[in-house]
Amino acid sequence: MALDVFAPWNDPDAKPLIQFKNVSKRFGDFTAIDDLTVDIFEREFFALLGPSGCGKTTMMRMLAGFETPTEGNILLAGQDIAPVPPNKRAVNMMFQSYALFPHLSIWDNIAFGLKRDKMPKDQIAARVEEMLRLTRMEKFASRKPHQVSGGQRQRVALARSLAKAPKLLLLDEPLGALDKKLRQDTQFELMDIQEKTGTTFVIVTHDQEEAMTVASRVAVMDHGQIVQVATPDVIYEAPNSTYVADFIGEVNLMKGKADPQGDSLQMHWAEGQPAVVGSPLAGASKGQDVHYAIRPEKVSISAEKPVDAANAVQGKVLDIAYLGNISTYHVELAGGQIIKAQAANNRRISRRAFTWEDQVWLSWTATAGVFLER
Amino acid sequence: MRRMSWFNITSLTLGFAFLYLPMLILIIFSFNESKLVTVWAGFSTKWYGELLSNGAFLDAAWVTLKVAFLSSTMATVLGTMAAIVMVRSGRFAGRTLFSGMIYAPMVMPEVITGLSLLLLFISLNVDRGVMTIVLAHTTFSMCYVSVVVSSRLVSFDQSLEEAALDLGCSPFQAFRLVTLPIIAPAVISGWLLAFTLSLDDLVIASFTAGPSATTLPMKIWSSVRLGVSPEINALSTLMILIVTVGVVGASLINKRNVVRQRREEAAAAKLA
Amino acid sequence: MRRLLIAIPFVWLLALFIVPFLIVFKISLSDLAVAIPPYTPTLDPADGWAGFKHFLSQLDWENYVWLTEDALYWKAYLSSLKIAVISTLLTLLVGYPIAYGMARAPEEWRAMLFMLVILPFWTSFLIRVYSWMGILSQEGYLNQFLLWIGAINEPLVILNTNIAVYIGIVYTYLPFMILPIYAALEKLDISLLEAAEDLGCSRFSAFWLVTVPLSKQGIVAGSFLVFIPTIGEFVIPSLLGGSRTLMIGKVLWEEFFSNRDWPVASAVAVVLLLILIIPIVLFQRNEQKQREAGK
Repeated sequence: MALDVFAPWNDPDAKPLIQFKNVSKRFGDFTAIDDLTVDIFEREFFALLGPSGCGKTTMMRMLAGFETPTEGNILLAGQDIAPVPPNKRAVNMMFQSYALFPHLSIWDNIAFGLKRDKMPKDQIAARVEEMLRLTRMEKFASRKPHQVSGGQRQRVALARSLAKAPKLLLLDEPLGALDKKLRQDTQFELMDIQEKTGTTFVIVTHDQEEAMTVASRVAVMDHGQIVQVATPDVIYEAPNSTYVADFIGEVNLMKGKADPQGDSLQMHWAEGQPAVVGSPLAGASKGQDVHYAIRPEKVSISAEKPVDAANAVQGKVLDIAYLGNISTYHVELAGGQIIKAQAANNRRISRRAFTWEDQVWLSWTATAGVFLER
Repeated sequence: MRRMSWFNITSLTLGFAFLYLPMLILIIFSFNESKLVTVWAGFSTKWYGELLSNGAFLDAAWVTLKVAFLSSTMATVLGTMAAIVMVRSGRFAGRTLFSGMIYAPMVMPEVITGLSLLLLFISLNVDRGVMTIVLAHTTFSMCYVSVVVSSRLVSFDQSLEEAALDLGCSPFQAFRLVTLPIIAPAVISGWLLAFTLSLDDLVIASFTAGPSATTLPMKIWSSVRLGVSPEINALSTLMILIVTVGVVGASLINKRNVVRQRREEAAAAKLA
Repeated sequence: MRRLLIAIPFVWLLALFIVPFLIVFKISLSDLAVAIPPYTPTLDPADGWAGFKHFLSQLDWENYVWLTEDALYWKAYLSSLKIAVISTLLTLLVGYPIAYGMARAPEEWRAMLFMLVILPFWTSFLIRVYSWMGILSQEGYLNQFLLWIGAINEPLVILNTNIAVYIGIVYTYLPFMILPIYAALEKLDISLLEAAEDLGCSRFSAFWLVTVPLSKQGIVAGSFLVFIPTIGEFVIPSLLGGSRTLMIGKVLWEEFFSNRDWPVASAVAVVLLLILIIPIVLFQRNEQKQREAGK
């Protein structure tokens, strides 16, 4: 592995910028954050991903200072930030609604935070110009927020929150209000700006694709807890639970009994079907309930039984979802289990190999899927 | 969309005729030459001349404007504070009493409000005059202001205030630099409403004014009790005119701003 | 900071709204006296605790007993209620078609019509009532017009009767009725009426079975907005009504300014307030329901 890979979380000597230490937050009877501990490092682009109500927004609002933890501590560069009010924190936030001040021009919106710091006028001007350049909004400086498009408003909000050069920038669903095409362009722009400024970004999103695209690490949240924190590829290829596997992308989930076989694991999951073979699961004993997760694109579909596949099952095509570049086949096995398989459409549709009701073989290698305990 | 039926056109025509004919007649007959107000005797503006040379009316008008200006300004400050308390303060001891005190003065018969305030001033031995009317008007119009302002505050996007705090404002600065400029139109309409309520009030002013202060409605009252008078017609015409110009002007400006904002938003969307 | 924000308006309203009521209540228990102020007993803090006890012992319910004994008062209360009910119904009858017409008017007219309804509200109440004096009087414009077209031979006596009071109330409170009904009708989806007709309703029964129930909240709100202030109305019965028009607001005024009987005037005010509590609470409940439905 190259040495210059950015991975401070693997370095035992690295000092985290933010530490959540056993943080809980309750609103009356409702527990929004449940005994949560996590470290976020400098220059990271950290994504909090989860469905609405999972506590990700509460975590962000505690970092900004709009909520205080019920229990536990949040440290910023080693300092407990609980007693620091939001206007004294070196943390800035980009709001989901952008919260641009409608009565101020774009220039004044960006300068707003700088003026609060009593910065000299010429320095403010220089910094605002810099931010306008960074977000390519120079031409629109004198306009009011309602006089620019949604995408431009998003860039102004980003410029305003970056203007004070915060140690940490919080982004609350920053791209939620944009349409899909614009969102994809903006994701790369965000990454670019994050790299240029070297600011630590924490982004809250419910869009897994967005989290996977922009983040250096993703924390998948559920019911006030972090289920898994890892780099996007690990989250996708090696989820630690069916919840994570199911939340990120499409997946086939199967359930059965474990049967360890030396350096591999077999799972018996249905009468009359061959056991699923895969890499072993640490600590799995014979007869234990386990889950198997495999991504549709790792399942191949063929008319004949493949010769040396580790896993091969037969079924009939139930449904075909044609998505242009790829097609997803829903194949029903003898026991009723449905497995999705994806195939690239490198031929024209008229010459497609399979159609409804066809008997087909599905196969995948021993390392294609993962066994999961829960 | 269906075409408007004859029934609707008729009811609108009759309804608005009912609303506007009396005032129209009043205006027309204010230009009547004759002292007998119901008999037309040719066009004349002489009643306007008499009105403007009548010192008692001018004095009363001056007192009324003073009272209206002072009371509406105080009511706006107090009413805005009350609105913030109502919308933002969550729970506190006495909240139910507080909201009760905000709503009650608006449904209270004026005779009761007037009587109770007068008895208060008497038992405190306060000299009655302009100041007591101002206090009385401030008290009931602050409630109207607070209703107007709080209906705007309810729809106010609170993340704007949070953004101001996030960018380094103290809570007071956030209010002054962000919240207040944005809710300003509602605060101004609250002020205007309080101003008109004060200009308009006869009953409460009659109770709380001492012998030293007479407001314009009190002056009008004492002369119309005896019957219709051409001078009052002229005065009414002037008052109707001022209000009409003010209200129509304000709504035109408002409409123009809304149209402009819509157009700019549409242009911005196309730009993207 | 937050405490100060609450305290300032709170104390203001307490001092200038609640305390005055307590004083009214206290004076309603006192007796008329030829003195300044014209009632007894008065509380002198110099007398201390004994003085306070003596003061309390002097208070009684005499004035309230008086209100039930003298027919003038309960007749005035009843007559106020009657006038308020009748004029609320009349206002509804006049206001509903106007609100309906506004809600069905082309969209580009509505803002203008809305402003035309609001505009009288900004002009002086006193002047609006006064404008009817010239119209309704014996030699007034209405009589002149009716005589001229030959509808009548003798001028009608309208001014200084209850009819003039009804006209005055309908006229001045009409915007309060129109606006809530208009707000309810404007939200009404035309396709509901089309659905009703599609399912076999006539135009009229569609109106009766769909439009009216869906504008009920507006009707109720408008009726309260007219009914509540009308009960205590003073200016309209004084200017347009006659000597036989009995309304409690007028009685209170005269009791206070002409008879200078402050204790009885205070008792009249307290009873009026008790009568008003019922419609006010009902009105608040209706508003609450509407707010919750709006969510």
